[in-house]
Amino acid sequence: MKGIITVVGKDRVGIIAKVCTYLAEDGINILDISQTIVSGWFNMMMVVDLSTCCHRFEEVVDQLSKLGNEIGVDIRLQREDIFNSMHRI
Amino acid sequence: MISRVEVQETNKMIQEANLDVRTITMGISLLDCIDTDVKKLTDKIYDKITKNAADLVKTGDEIGKEFGVPIVNKRISVTPISLIGGACGTGAYVEIAKTLDRAAKEVGVNFIGGYSALVQKGSTKADKDLINSIPEALSITDRICSSVNVGSSRSGINMDSVKRLGEIIKEMAFLTKDNSSMACAKFVVFCNAVEDNPFMAGAFHGVGEKDMVINVGVSGPGVVKRALENVRGADFETLCETVKKTAFKITRVGQLVAQEASKRMGVPFGIIDLSLAPTPAVGDSIAEIFNEMGLEQAGAPGTTAALAILNDNVKKGGVMASSYVGGLSGAFIPVSEDHGMIDAVNAGALTLEKLEAMTCVCSVGLDMIAIPGDTSAETISGIIADEMAIGMVNNKTTAVRIIPVIGAKVGDTVEFGGLLGYAPIMPVNGFSCEAFIKRGGRIPAPIHSFKN
Repeated sequence: MKGIITVVGKDRVGIIAKVCTYLAEDGINILDISQTIVSGWFNMMMVVDLSTCCHRFEEVVDQLSKLGNEIGVDIRLQREDIFNSMHRI
Repeated sequence: MISRVEVQETNKMIQEANLDVRTITMGISLLDCIDTDVKKLTDKIYDKITKNAADLVKTGDEIGKEFGVPIVNKRISVTPISLIGGACGTGAYVEIAKTLDRAAKEVGVNFIGGYSALVQKGSTKADKDLINSIPEALSITDRICSSVNVGSSRSGINMDSVKRLGEIIKEMAFLTKDNSSMACAKFVVFCNAVEDNPFMAGAFHGVGEKDMVINVGVSGPGVVKRALENVRGADFETLCETVKKTAFKITRVGQLVAQEASKRMGVPFGIIDLSLAPTPAVGDSIAEIFNEMGLEQAGAPGTTAALAILNDNVKKGGVMASSYVGGLSGAFIPVSEDHGMIDAVNAGALTLEKLEAMTCVCSVGLDMIAIPGDTSAETISGIIADEMAIGMVNNKTTAVRIIPVIGAKVGDTVEFGGLLGYAPIMPVNGFSCEAFIKRGGRIPAPIHSFKN
């Protein structure tokens, strides 16, 4: 199952490192990353593959959200399907 | 691959413009529960609902979390109860109501709809028994919603029932007078009721439906309003295209959620109801869409045209986004559930008469309107008759959910709480229609119903 992770918040050292470390430990493979910083605001989108993940999808959603709170950014994981449904016919 | 702009657009709709799936409603047929023994009947009803809907709330919450879109309500609709209790006799209905309430609480849904009767051409004894029991049933339960269909374009309007329901509404208002006459907020009178509506208070599981079905209601007035902010001052073609495209996107989310819920519950997918249903939250209002279209207040000249545009283009955009569209589909215009409508009433811009005109082009009818508690039963019946006539003649669903708030007068505000919101008491035309309502009988079907 593919998921989309979005990370938004004030830029600081180590955001990508923290997120990627968590994903690696959970067995989640990163397929694509794009990232920008505008006026000090960090904005990242990742496409990830959760087929080898050791946790249930909802658990990963919660853990990423918790990680976001710890480092002061908003982290969301959603199934890719919602974006495909809305933007592709 | 999905672009970052697209991801941001979707997430902005959810986080900033209140995009949500308003309800996953599981329709359950109770026809196989019918029994002449009340105890056996209520046991069968309780077992069927609690067994089949046990995972409804959990499944809805899981899907909401995985897609990152709120699924606000999880609900149940059942076969019109007048058909289910008929074999047991008069006393059975209140027992069935208590059972439905208990089952709803057990599975954790916030409403269960279908305490209903279909009497558009005439009432059976069972229908009359159910209708007579509605005030008690709604006042002693918490989660039951009730509806009565009194008219259709093919049958005309059952005016005996319209008269009786004026009295019933007064009775239920009185029984719940200590709680803002709340029972009336859970009761709706229909013309051309639909069998697959997932929205309360008018949901019931039609007899033409499968044993069980998943219907989903999507919403998102805030998303439409936000989209229209980007086309300020543009012509009507641009306005309509914007509503259409937005409705398409909203509906696609509903379709995805419905299919996922259907798969996980092992229950067939029924329909998507693509209704713009407001909530009392700022930014989730139909009246704000009117403001964005260029009207100072809902109710200003042009409001009916604005609503017609909105209603039509929501359907045009949504129909292609879902394999099965049904329910009420369009724009709802409740007063108490929309802060912009409430503001318009308080400003003197929106009257009952203008709302009635708007119901000619919206998806349903007079909805969540609080009126003075001393309004007579005949006047309430007159309001219902007018609204039913609009539905009958125009081949559309119309409805009346009106609350005569006992002890309240024009100028007061009544609080219903939660999604039901709050409402100013609206003035009602004080001239009598008593002699008209007392005639009794049935209004024949209109000439254009003879299509065969």
